[in-house]
Amino acid sequence: MMIEVITSEKLSKHFGNFKAVDQITFSVNKGEIFGFLGANGAGKTTAMRMLTGLSKPTSGMAKVAGYDVYRNPEDIKRHIGYMSQKFSLYEDLSVLENIRFFGGIYGLPRKVWKAKSEALIERLGMAEMAHALVRSIPLGWKQKLSFSIAILHDPAIVFLDEPTGGVDPVTRRQFWEMIYQVAHEGMTVFVTTHYMDEAEYCHRISIMVDGRIAALGSPDALKRQFGTQSMDEVFLRLARPGSSGVGGVATNI
Amino acid sequence: MNADKAIQIRAIHKTYGPVKALENITFDVAPGELFGLIGPDGAGKTSLIRILASLLLADEGEAAIYEWDIVRDYRQIRKHIGYMPGRFSLYQDLSVEENLHFFATLFGTSIEENYDLVKDIYRQLEPFKSRRAGKLSGGMKQKLALCCALIHRPRVLLLDEPTTGVDPVSRKEFWEMLNQIRREGISILVSTPYMDEASLCDRIALIQKGKILGIDTPNGLTSRYERPLWAVRASDTYRLIGDLRTFSNTHTAYPFGDSVHLGLKEATDQAVLYQYLLEKGHESVQIEAIRPDVEDCFMEWMGG
Repeated sequence: MMIEVITSEKLSKHFGNFKAVDQITFSVNKGEIFGFLGANGAGKTTAMRMLTGLSKPTSGMAKVAGYDVYRNPEDIKRHIGYMSQKFSLYEDLSVLENIRFFGGIYGLPRKVWKAKSEALIERLGMAEMAHALVRSIPLGWKQKLSFSIAILHDPAIVFLDEPTGGVDPVTRRQFWEMIYQVAHEGMTVFVTTHYMDEAEYCHRISIMVDGRIAALGSPDALKRQFGTQSMDEVFLRLARPGSSGVGGVATNI
Repeated sequence: MNADKAIQIRAIHKTYGPVKALENITFDVAPGELFGLIGPDGAGKTSLIRILASLLLADEGEAAIYEWDIVRDYRQIRKHIGYMPGRFSLYQDLSVEENLHFFATLFGTSIEENYDLVKDIYRQLEPFKSRRAGKLSGGMKQKLALCCALIHRPRVLLLDEPTTGVDPVSRKEFWEMLNQIRREGISILVSTPYMDEASLCDRIALIQKGKILGIDTPNGLTSRYERPLWAVRASDTYRLIGDLRTFSNTHTAYPFGDSVHLGLKEATDQAVLYQYLLEKGHESVQIEAIRPDVEDCFMEWMGG
């Protein structure tokens, strides 16, 4: 039986006359990796801000982790994890201090965060760097650490906003293996990306165009629906309807 | 230095404290060439571009743009290059038109004088020409920044990650523009973390932790990958990756979109792997030999 952890019905956000998000309806199931795609300016960030309790919708309804976005935005914030595309750990604190700090923010009891810090450092293989300032560790490690800290409090859902931008191709894949693992353990993952090969790793994808959800389905279903070989072409068809979809950026050599 | 080359870089080194940002970088860019510098964050791309733009001094080595040495002739360099930094650096409070006018004036020229060079790009911005630059979408900002870097008709364009964070469709459009600019005889050095953009360059350099892993045409580079490479598909990709990693002949197994790319230790029959995966209970198994792409090469070489 599928358990819905995000439910959105005709969710909208207007800024004056501009409909940044225009009646989006979709749901995300427990343990699902849900890819949230769209061109720059399509409304992804605005939609994500509403779903994370940071911005009040103009109309429509949405529930996240069982809480209403209008009435209980603070409860939503307590039950989700969020990793921004901008690195947001404290560079002047060590790896361990960052874990301890965010453990405190999430209100984890001392015993819990102590056990969690050790387990986390062990799992990431960061024992040697545990006391190093975060500023001095390589980018790939920072991203993996950010992700682990975003889920330190075992949230029902984790929101990842372009988590792999600029990281090397091996680290990018290790990052996705971490995503697979937490999803396998039942956490829901809501992720945005500009890498179309990463869209293929999601269970389902939605593609936003001009504030609306223009397509929704598994990568295979979307490729069948649009009669294309790759997600890159699906994206191109939707974002630029006049284009043929031939000769996309991701053409392999 | 040879004045027939658009860019010449000889044994450039740069360190920041204990960090070696660039180690012994040497390559040339020919006139009219579209040259890609491809690597992740922290590879040294920005340091190299800033050194060429005369904004940063190298510790060792030398470089020139046509006949101008980047240190001695920095004033000439600045007249003849167009530089687009990674961070959006136009005036957010000026309109689209005001920004372009400002940069034209700065270089002692006018929009009218070089309009033909930027017109294809500027036409897309014209409906928003009185909008403040800070209010443009990401893709539009990049187009405006490119116009401003071109308006004095530079001989060499240095573009530092112009497509980072830009969606795939806008990225494709941006590359089409670069192709047109190149046809005007302007040489372009462009850096990017997106490996899939490599195929759009005449030549590329793969760079990682301050070192160059390889320089060639995209085809020349991928033909240097020596292992047999297969694309493997099965109904449960996550489990497939794990099982491929324990296959005795596996060198590397990396997810690539809807398949897993398997680099083999030595050539063998596909039937051997097929049988192994069937025994592991995989369904809908497909195996095909493929040609490596630039990302396969990058991952193969970045370790060693």
